[in-house]
Amino acid sequence: MRGTFVKIKSQRDFFSGLMFLVVGLAFAWGATDYSMGSGARPGPGYFPMMLSVLMAIIGAIVIFTSLTIEVEGGDPVGDIAWRPLLVVVAAIVVFAVALPRLGLIATTPLLIIVVSFASTEFKWPGVLVASVVLDVFSWLVFVKGLNLTIPLWPAFMTAAA
Amino acid sequence: MDLLNNLALGFGVAFTLNNLMYAFFGCVLGTLIGVLPGLGPVATIAMLLPSIYSLDATPALIMLAGIYYGAQYGGSTTAILINVPGESSSVVTAIDGYQMARQGRAGAALASAGLGSFFAGCVGTIIIAAFAPPLTELAFKFGPAEYFSLMVLGLIGSVVLASGSLLKAIAMIILGLLLAQINTDVISGVPRYSELPFTGYSFPELTDGIQFVVIAMGLFGFGEIIANLGQPAEHREVFTKEVKGLWPTRKDFQQAWPAVLRGTALGSILGVLPGGGALLASFAAYTVEKKVAGADGRFGKGDIRGVAGPESANNAGAQTSFIPMLTLGIPPNAVMALMVGAMTIKGIQPGPQVMSSNPELFWGLIASMWVGNAMLVILNLPMIGIWIKLLTVPYRFLFPAITLFCCIGTYTLNNNNFDVYVTAIFAVVGYLFYKLKCEPAPLLLGFILGPMMEENLRRALLLSRGDWSTFATRPLSAGLLIAAALMIVVVLLPSIKNKREVAFQDAD
Repeated sequence: MRGTFVKIKSQRDFFSGLMFLVVGLAFAWGATDYSMGSGARPGPGYFPMMLSVLMAIIGAIVIFTSLTIEVEGGDPVGDIAWRPLLVVVAAIVVFAVALPRLGLIATTPLLIIVVSFASTEFKWPGVLVASVVLDVFSWLVFVKGLNLTIPLWPAFMTAAA
Repeated sequence: MDLLNNLALGFGVAFTLNNLMYAFFGCVLGTLIGVLPGLGPVATIAMLLPSIYSLDATPALIMLAGIYYGAQYGGSTTAILINVPGESSSVVTAIDGYQMARQGRAGAALASAGLGSFFAGCVGTIIIAAFAPPLTELAFKFGPAEYFSLMVLGLIGSVVLASGSLLKAIAMIILGLLLAQINTDVISGVPRYSELPFTGYSFPELTDGIQFVVIAMGLFGFGEIIANLGQPAEHREVFTKEVKGLWPTRKDFQQAWPAVLRGTALGSILGVLPGGGALLASFAAYTVEKKVAGADGRFGKGDIRGVAGPESANNAGAQTSFIPMLTLGIPPNAVMALMVGAMTIKGIQPGPQVMSSNPELFWGLIASMWVGNAMLVILNLPMIGIWIKLLTVPYRFLFPAITLFCCIGTYTLNNNNFDVYVTAIFAVVGYLFYKLKCEPAPLLLGFILGPMMEENLRRALLLSRGDWSTFATRPLSAGLLIAAALMIVVVLLPSIKNKREVAFQDAD
């Protein structure tokens, strides 16, 4: 480097280190809310503080090495797969919102249709068949077979009944 | 001879029609929930706890044990076929097992896992019967300092496993330990990290801690799905269509047998140690197999030893982990904690007295473990063909199904959608780890051991009046810490370090 501007040698390590450092500091800051206790009588803040400081230090070391040790090709993080990332997460959230309100029978096809958009091979016929098959399957296995207490029908229907 | 008398008593209990039926029911149910990703044995046993009020203690525990083993078998099946470890102890099985499946050798992987587990189960049963009494004596010597040092050793051991940077792997362990700090402090009862900063809003759901399944499902299940879909279709991690034979080849057998023996030995020993159990055993066995295989480059790319070793070890460990539970009443994992709960429901106080006060229960349970293992092999080997059929389902149908099962699984943990939201967060985190090449396995182990580790650390410090040297002056604890230090030194030695890097580069 010789005093010139600092260049990231390994992108992946740099961001990993940054993640560890930030999360470590965040947990350490959170731990200040809890009593450290004394050495002989450690409080609820003792162990998390110890861990988060340790993690922040490791994070700093990882950042340091990522700036100093040359890695072939720069170890880039690469493109982020926004479509699957956003669609899958959205599908999980849709499921969480819908299940208590709409029940399993209606939520299953909803989830399958939404999550299928994550793939570039989306085709309506296949998705619809999968929705129906999985709807019946999950009803049979989880509700009939395992007797799990999952809301089955929309809340407004069961409320009316 | 005592051993034979005890086993005879046990098999007499296990072979009654009633108990055989409950063992079978437990195994079938266990396999089913193990195969369905996201619905683990913990959730199932918890759900069934109320139903055992109507059963006698012995059949009830036999059934619960059957669910435990069945789930282990089923869990390794999903680990191999779709890279979703159904159980924490099959996390490492997924590494090489999934690679084997992608090369069309899922049959060999499943068969070696099943046969290895059965062999380990047989040995484990004999070991419990022979050594339970003397091993109890050793376990009695464990104080908080020893527990803490043991867990340090276990965590360091898991780091040797992680690919890439050792430092990042250690940071991942600590991150796991920290995530486990989101709970209610056991000693003072103070809720920790359940409040949103600056807003004063707090999540009451977080005072019980984040569910293990939620993290595992987010990091492994969803992280993997997103990463897979992010690849162009031709690079996607799909399996070769042709399945080269359902059975392991002669060469597979030759390679797998020594691994099974080593895994069984390791698992039997580690399973006895409280806090160890099946999880630690499978991690350790994988490490050993990797060392044995050396840098021949196959490891991590579908080496049968990476399946046979850890699978034997986790079954042997699952078997012998009953020892601390039955003798000390200390549950080494969540399933055992529920077993302790089940025993208390039936009015049996787990502890050293069980062996003498309820010999039928004690030895009957042990004998039924062998019976359960035999049933599982008979049940699973013919079904390998059926599991393999699952692989021919195109990924565009598979990933919505996995998503659905994971969502239902997380919802049913507590019957509320809070856990599902948390899973969504961990799905993003899982993809972030994938992008940054941070191995999630050490995080998971840290997360599981976190609460136990903290409790024992604080107890040890309490007992020593704040003197940290207690960990070094107690011989057992010092030995464990020295072993942990040695492992780090060994990994950092230049010659091994280079080999390790070569091995992991090949694994990428």
